[in-house]
Amino acid sequence: MTLNDLVKELGLEVRAGGSALETEVRGGYASDLLSDVIAHGQPGDLWVTLQRHQNIVAVASLKRLAGIVLVNGREPEADTLQKAGAEGVPLLVSALPTFELVGRLCGLGLSGIRT
Amino acid sequence: MSPLAVVREGREKGLHVIAVCDHNSAENVAATRRAAENTGLAVIGGIEISSREEVHVLGLFRDGPALESAQEVVLENLVGENEPQTFGEQLVMNERDEVVRHNSRLLIGATELSLEDVVGTIHRLGGVAIAAHVDRPSFSVISQLGFIPPGVGFDGAEVCSEERPTLPEGLAVVRSSDAHRPGEIGSRHTLFLVERPTASEIGMALHRMEGRRVLT
Repeated sequence: MTLNDLVKELGLEVRAGGSALETEVRGGYASDLLSDVIAHGQPGDLWVTLQRHQNIVAVASLKRLAGIVLVNGREPEADTLQKAGAEGVPLLVSALPTFELVGRLCGLGLSGIRT
Repeated sequence: MSPLAVVREGREKGLHVIAVCDHNSAENVAATRRAAENTGLAVIGGIEISSREEVHVLGLFRDGPALESAQEVVLENLVGENEPQTFGEQLVMNERDEVVRHNSRLLIGATELSLEDVVGTIHRLGGVAIAAHVDRPSFSVISQLGFIPPGVGFDGAEVCSEERPTLPEGLAVVRSSDAHRPGEIGSRHTLFLVERPTASEIGMALHRMEGRRVLT
């Protein structure tokens, strides 16, 4: 499924990278430690996090993630927005807390494990 | 942030002493110290160590051997290789601002050391452990853990804004620039009453020992 599908199904708000919403989402990863995402994130993962600072964009680019979704209605910092826009990294916001959002993503068929 | 630029900026801003604390690296300390020779600017060698919880801790060390030992511990416990296109080049320079080599380790990453191990290592090497930018919403002990765990043993806490967050009673507060660009050097500073501009003296001031104190 694509980021656009998820945006529609879950009412996610798009803050940056809107031109890349047809990106195929291959899986998901939820973590708030950047070192953890650097170690375990996979290309095409949708990253679920509460971290709002600009380093998340660098990590998403580095690991070729499908995009980032911030939880609890947290808005990205200004630097983060700018960097995501410049690098074309989809940056989404959900009002849901992590546990609930991940549950719903799994319910839509996304997995956190690659086979 | 080259040695000459750092020294020049420090002097222009009227600083007496700076501590050079790169992320997980002490490789540019010696060159900065040499660049500062005979300028009146003292340079304290340090490292900003990232614990596995991604808490940043400033370690200030009294001499070269202690700093080198700290560097070794950090490198032994640091995972990952740098990606220059994403995170930028990591340059090691000399006191003439010439590039000596590139550091290929992921200095922006986290070590595998727990917060307690990071502070313990700094103290074991006779250094001063300061919780970095505790009022920032990322990479600080409060952002990562929610509070300062009792018994961690910080010698001080670095605050970046004008406000003072709620901190444990008796924990000394310092302000510094956390400069990542030369222009930021001197944007904040702390005034210490000490005999000499050294890590040991600062450690004493943080604990109000033998007349040394933090004045502002």
